[in-house]
Amino acid sequence: MKLTGKVHRYGTNVDTDVIIPARYLKFSEPAELAKHCMEDLDADFLKRVRPGDIIVAESNFGCGSSREHAPIALKAAGISCIVATSFARIFFRNAIDIGLPILEADDAPSGCQMGDTLEVDLESGEIRNLTRDTVFKAKPYPPFMMELIQAGGLVEYTKRRLATGPRAQ
Amino acid sequence: MTLAEKILAAHCSRDKVSPGELINVRADLVMSNDITAPIAIREFRRLGVKRVFDPSKVVMIPDHFVPAKDIESAEQAKLIRDFAREQGIVYFEVGAMGIEHVLLPEKGLVLPGEVVVAADSHTCTYGALGAFATGMGSTDIACAMATGDIWMRVPPTIKFVYHGRLQPWVGGKDLILYTIGQIGVDGARYAAMEFVGEAIDALPIEGRFTMANMAIEAGAKAGLFRVDRKTRTYLKGRTSRPYTAYVPDRDAQYLAVHEYDVSSLEPQVAAPHLPSNVAPVSQVKGVEIDQAVIGSCTNGRLEDLRVAAQVLRGRQVHPRVRCVVIPGSQEVYLRALREGIIEALVWAGAVVSTPTCGPCLGGHMGVLAMGERAVSTTNRNFVGRMGSPKSEVYLAGPAVAAASAVLGRIASPEEIS
Repeated sequence: MKLTGKVHRYGTNVDTDVIIPARYLKFSEPAELAKHCMEDLDADFLKRVRPGDIIVAESNFGCGSSREHAPIALKAAGISCIVATSFARIFFRNAIDIGLPILEADDAPSGCQMGDTLEVDLESGEIRNLTRDTVFKAKPYPPFMMELIQAGGLVEYTKRRLATGPRAQ
Repeated sequence: MTLAEKILAAHCSRDKVSPGELINVRADLVMSNDITAPIAIREFRRLGVKRVFDPSKVVMIPDHFVPAKDIESAEQAKLIRDFAREQGIVYFEVGAMGIEHVLLPEKGLVLPGEVVVAADSHTCTYGALGAFATGMGSTDIACAMATGDIWMRVPPTIKFVYHGRLQPWVGGKDLILYTIGQIGVDGARYAAMEFVGEAIDALPIEGRFTMANMAIEAGAKAGLFRVDRKTRTYLKGRTSRPYTAYVPDRDAQYLAVHEYDVSSLEPQVAAPHLPSNVAPVSQVKGVEIDQAVIGSCTNGRLEDLRVAAQVLRGRQVHPRVRCVVIPGSQEVYLRALREGIIEALVWAGAVVSTPTCGPCLGGHMGVLAMGERAVSTTNRNFVGRMGSPKSEVYLAGPAVAAASAVLGRIASPEEIS
């Protein structure tokens, strides 16, 4: 599956408090959360973002709280994929769980700027910067995680598990 | 094996696990709160499962935005109250509840050697008791509520050794801030932190809760302590369930070992806007503040309030400052009342609130306006964490927070004692 979109470029340690400030955690509906996505970090994000756009950031993206509201807000705002040098571990789980593709690629952030057009091939992990005609390679997912992604997220995966096996005692 | 590896191996019925392996882990407790449970409940319904795997092992605690701060928060709290009744799970209502990570250990719901997964990043707090506890998102918790297990990658362990005796007014908060300052906010990303050494042996159990609590601020999956006499004393009378105190092997493999001599360590402060932006208090003192917050899952325990009262007793909160004190649980509140701590704090001009996460995440009970600055015993100082994106939070322990409340600027307790 190939995703194409414009780049929104951020730095290191983008925390979940700026992705979706806690003052909006009294909501859990994706559309409501999307209205406030990134507003404390980048006031223009919501004006600029178009469906399919891609976030490119540096290390430790999504650090901080466990709020699943963060990847939910990004997905509902139209973000199709996040590429970063590294992700905080809870954000990583949450994104995979809800079916928001995220890719770790060491050199992609330095080769992308705000507004570039990116094409991401989720199967091969190839990240192509169409504006600059450069190519980067993402780290492959472990097979189990690929299975989760292909199932459509953790809920679908667990549904299948429950249909075939017993629950823990 | 390290402490983390031993607990995880025991929870997937294996003799041995190694870092990097993906395993399916049995959970002894699955928890969520008033902001993460609504999504967990929604995903649980999508699974098509009627009942949770074991109602005695599933916990929901309203603590973030309760007593409800507005209509939407009231709706979320109602949602989890209704679900708790329907499923017969463990639930604590306002009046009985406390901040989840203060409450669960108090109630004997977390024991050494257990695995706890919860939809809250500060779940790692229970590592203070020698449990493997880690935060996850709502969907993970929904699935764990249904199946009783969850996938995990076995983390590598980083060992932290603290040598020496701590100076007066220096505690767990200072040790963990110092550590995060040394290794950075992703210095332990994906890893388990194991805390040992002479200074740890001498640290009260409350200080260990504070340290384990902030392991996530270094990106860690868990932060663990070995069980000792202090752990057993804490657990006495709280549980009748048996537990296993795992000990790491002598030949355990660590990703890294960091050794610190903390004998001359000053109280530490993390300046905006990262918990790793740490300096000794002497280098930041003088910064004027509008608010001081003493409480939270990090520093809302009895020992924390004792330290605050020691500084504030017989003194006055600076007229320009609001000092907000939040006992972490009803038990902490009651014991602080009996010890005269609450009275001393109120006389000093502090407001004392019912247990809630409240201002820590800019919810209620002390949200900051544009341009305002707080010193806080909480755990995060990200942009907008406590209110306006143009406000600032300095993280510190209760002694520095209390001294700053008196002087109206960031201050060391040494300055007034």
